[in-house]
Amino acid sequence: MAEAVIRVVGLGKSYETAAGLFPALRDVDLCIEAGEFVAIMGPSGSGKSTFMNLLGCLDTPSSGDYFLVGRKVAQLRKDELARLRNRSIGFVFQGFNLLPRMTLADNVALPLVYAGIEREQRRQRARHELARVGLGDYADALPSRISGGQQQRVAIARALINSPQLILADEPTGNLDSHTSEEIMALFTALNREGISIVLVTHEPDIAAYAARQVRFRDGRLVSDLPTPTQVLAAC
Amino acid sequence: MLRAMLGEAWQAMGANRMRSVLTMLGMVIGVGSVVLMMAIGQGAQYAVAQTISSMGSNLYILISGSTSAGGLRSGGGGGPTLTVADAEAIAELDGVSNVAPVQQGTQQLVYGANNWSATVVGTTPPYLDARAWTIVSGYPFGDSDVRAATRVALIGQTAVDNLFGSDDPLGKTIRIRQSPFVIVGVLGKKGQNLDGRDQDDTVIIPLTTAQRKVFGNPFPGSVRLIMVQATSAEAMPAVEKSMTALLRQRHRIREGQDNDFYLRNLAAAADSAAETTRVMSLLLGAIASVSLLVGGIGIMNIMLVSVTERTREIGIRMAIGARQQDILAQFLLEALMISVAGCLIGLFLGIGGALLTNALTDMVIVISGASILVAFGVAAGVGIFFGYYPAHRAAALDPIEALRHQ
Repeated sequence: MAEAVIRVVGLGKSYETAAGLFPALRDVDLCIEAGEFVAIMGPSGSGKSTFMNLLGCLDTPSSGDYFLVGRKVAQLRKDELARLRNRSIGFVFQGFNLLPRMTLADNVALPLVYAGIEREQRRQRARHELARVGLGDYADALPSRISGGQQQRVAIARALINSPQLILADEPTGNLDSHTSEEIMALFTALNREGISIVLVTHEPDIAAYAARQVRFRDGRLVSDLPTPTQVLAAC
Repeated sequence: MLRAMLGEAWQAMGANRMRSVLTMLGMVIGVGSVVLMMAIGQGAQYAVAQTISSMGSNLYILISGSTSAGGLRSGGGGGPTLTVADAEAIAELDGVSNVAPVQQGTQQLVYGANNWSATVVGTTPPYLDARAWTIVSGYPFGDSDVRAATRVALIGQTAVDNLFGSDDPLGKTIRIRQSPFVIVGVLGKKGQNLDGRDQDDTVIIPLTTAQRKVFGNPFPGSVRLIMVQATSAEAMPAVEKSMTALLRQRHRIREGQDNDFYLRNLAAAADSAAETTRVMSLLLGAIASVSLLVGGIGIMNIMLVSVTERTREIGIRMAIGARQQDILAQFLLEALMISVAGCLIGLFLGIGGALLTNALTDMVIVISGASILVAFGVAAGVGIFFGYYPAHRAAALDPIEALRHQ
């Protein structure tokens, strides 16, 4: 069997606050295999954002271990974490987070700049990824010229450009209407079929329903980890 | 990678054009004023150096002592204490290159229908070397002219202009105190001395002729001044000592008695003039540097604002794989670009201003490659120095916090 994309063991994260040490995440064990599509759910304050930051190598845990594609990342230095974010993980945010002054192609190509890829190749690959999300004709447009749904597609293209094993999506449909949300989720589903692992944070059940597996957090703990019922039914 | 970052820095500058231009203005004014002030300061130093070298270098002037008759004391040079023999003795000392006894005064010169008042200097041939006079046409008089008291004269440019206009003065005869003098040489142009006196308004004639025909001399053999030139600046203290000792001995002055002559060191006067201009140009440069510093602080200020404004952008870049050093380099590059661009414009304006000053006034302006290089280096240094702190702040941001920033 292939290496698990994500394996966390006894993961915990505490923050210093005025009232003392606050445990945002406690003793989480989770394993996500290559090609899985997992939804992470929970009310705000449940620790799911903290968990996502740890999975995204934006933060380091206070306790426990985290293996990304078999590599122990809990103790890595900041530069090495940056390299992992660049090569192994693609981020999709709720607010799209495109750089407003850059063309769509430059936005998509930005991770390649930090990967040290040549200019010609950057342009080529950016156009290819834009075409893949259906925006091949907008390469030279600025983000402000396109709709929210299109911006999110561009963000997905940017997440894909370094061919990561894992895409982390933090409420990617939170700013979109339901029709556009469906389109974005269809795109994620298609990508997942191509073999990319997707971890998605959401609090909308119908969005979570696109995932094959749903993980719930409450008060910093992982409280349930179940296959999505509708998809289980569909498989029968 | 560098090209991509340069492009991005350029874009960032263009994104807020007004602000970039205003920030740059600080550097423009700073560099411009440094270049202009250094040009003016160095020009002044050059002008003073020219004046000093026109006076002749390493010079001493011995002035004979005063006399006192019935309680009425004359000034220096009134007494007949220095003699031509003193001058000849001093010439034998080590470290002395030229010695010339001098008798001078203002006299009316007459040529045809023109007349003109000028300084007449009676002296011996070493005077020309000591005072760094050149002969542009004709030839100087020699020792034989001094011995025979011939009536020959060397004439300075101002006197030539006023007596002869555009005529060639060589071989013409002028009259000084009724005595005819044949002009055998024309002196090269020198300009003003440190006191602002026109050195070219001069006629030089043999000492003996001057004493007999022009000034008259109640004390044969005595002179008012002796000009002494040392071989080098290093030799001057030794020359001063041995010369004083020699004269005291020759004049039979006892221990504890005052000298019966005065000693003036022209080098000291020249040094103080040079020092004054050096301090002035240093001061000008220092004042100009303050504006460069202010320009640098302006850059730091704007970069800090820029980092705060772009916190979210920094967070995004970090999330997609920018290392701390990438963020640092990006903001440092932006600061550097602003300061170097400002520096180039400032250089341009500073040099333009210096050339304009040169054209509109008679100030001497010296634009040296060194001053341009210094201004450029300092500007780049200012960019890095004042850009580093904001860039470091950007690089040290926590990616999670930065991403959350609105």
